[in-house]
Amino acid sequence: MGYLRRHPRAVPYLLIAPGLAWLAVLFVVPLYYLVTTSLQSGDIYEGFSLTWRWSNYGDMLSQYRPQLVRSAQYAAIATIAALLIAYPLVYFIARRGGQWKSLLLVLLVAPFFVTYLIRTLAWQTILADEGDVVGVLRDVGILADDGRLLATSFAVVAGITYNYFPFMALPLYVALEQLDGRLLEASSDLYANPVKSFLRVTLPISLPGVFAGTLTTFIPAMGDFVNAQLLGTPKQYMIGNVIQSKFLVIVDYPLASAGAVILMVLILVGVALYARALGTERLTG
Amino acid sequence: MRGVRRFAGHHLLTLVALLGFAYILAPIAVIALFSFNDPAGKYNYTWQGFTTQYWQNPFDIPALRDALITSIQIALLASVVATVLGTLISLALVRHAFRGRGTTNLLIFLPMSTPEIVLGASLLALFLNLGVATGFATILLAHVVFCIAFCVVTVKARLVGFDRRLEEAAMDLGANEVRTFMRVTLPLILPGVGAAALLSFALSVDDFVITNFTHGTVVTFPLFIWGAARVGVPVQVNVIGTLIFLVAVGIMAIGVLVSVVRARRDRALAARAAERPV
Repeated sequence: MGYLRRHPRAVPYLLIAPGLAWLAVLFVVPLYYLVTTSLQSGDIYEGFSLTWRWSNYGDMLSQYRPQLVRSAQYAAIATIAALLIAYPLVYFIARRGGQWKSLLLVLLVAPFFVTYLIRTLAWQTILADEGDVVGVLRDVGILADDGRLLATSFAVVAGITYNYFPFMALPLYVALEQLDGRLLEASSDLYANPVKSFLRVTLPISLPGVFAGTLTTFIPAMGDFVNAQLLGTPKQYMIGNVIQSKFLVIVDYPLASAGAVILMVLILVGVALYARALGTERLTG
Repeated sequence: MRGVRRFAGHHLLTLVALLGFAYILAPIAVIALFSFNDPAGKYNYTWQGFTTQYWQNPFDIPALRDALITSIQIALLASVVATVLGTLISLALVRHAFRGRGTTNLLIFLPMSTPEIVLGASLLALFLNLGVATGFATILLAHVVFCIAFCVVTVKARLVGFDRRLEEAAMDLGANEVRTFMRVTLPLILPGVGAAALLSFALSVDDFVITNFTHGTVVTFPLFIWGAARVGVPVQVNVIGTLIFLVAVGIMAIGVLVSVVRARRDRALAARAAERPV
């Protein structure tokens, strides 16, 4: 106590020290080992050693380009789909929820506390060939008589869209909740029609939420492999499937690590470009 | 014409919101429905007949029970550690101006914006290179990493609206720093700290991807499901999924009701205080 009174400037450092030490040892150091592992060569029997084998990256990029491209495509489509589904829903809760607002929000969030894998398996049941959804779609002719939903790109994207939904919905909710209703009244008093009010008032005010939501959805979606594994086939595999099977099944640590580094770099570059395009100062300031 | 359009616009939004809720709750409905299914074979995909048999003893598969117990143990420990570490960091970030704030914020933000598979892969790379055997301890170490950030964000939100004059008053009345923290600061930020602990618990119990890289031979609840998915998931998993949903709704609904009742009481008190002549 006496020491802290004499050195008040030490207080914040003592507060952050244990947590930051944890993150340094178990987040920063692991990333260092991920990068060095990606430059190793060898195999599981002979052992691996650091030989600065940069070709791991070239191998990864040339052999698994389709999975990389697919990951970005699926993640982008799922992010847009989640935005389109979440926006009206969250707008409804924030603007029309009234005294039920908090309880509606509970209903929105609660499903996502159910174990991720159980949720994904539920989609397996919903989209199954013998299921009612496929039956109805076949009857009305949207699907061919032998058409499937499960084991298609649609199923994988649908699963990703659903599983990361709260990451889109919650930032959007925070942004729309702050919208002052009097602004909409003012805009309508000034003869703006509802569409114009939306485009000129609501949408700009909610943009920080859109920005945060699309990022927090896209990033985990891009690295996902569970949906492709449970709802798709190897034809739908994403870069996450490659990384996890190389790490845990095939045990080719260097190539798997190179894949993980590539994924991380792609995401960082993507986020930086996206932030620049939308202008973060305006959004976060 | 304008009136008709406005009416349609109003109800269109309601309709779209209802469809949205249906979409969000559909998988939960399926999980609950199939927890009453009586499947003929190993696969619980198609409706065969109604039974409550799996609700009567949802924990009678030993491997499933052990996996659940392991998950709960890890989640309890991870949430306690992460909440303590996260609360301390958020106190520093909100209360103090210090050099290295930016770096601290970055270190909190980065794990949140790294895909889980990269976190898991890098942790495995660490453990492999250092020759650390993976198991219960490594799962716990890993879970704290992704929980800390969420704890910092949650507690920070509570600290930002904190009236520091309450602490000054306690100090003026002769309480020292420790006593002030225990009797004033902690009770006031406790809802935030509690929310952080609950969130950490939920994140940890649910984690599959990072656990998959760091578990060794230890099996958690999600890992049990992953293994079972290939050979047919037992109906008991649906029962447990339904229970998780009900518990989540229950806890959050209680939280909402408590805050509503409190807000009402505060308003009533304020009104009474205003009526009283000075």
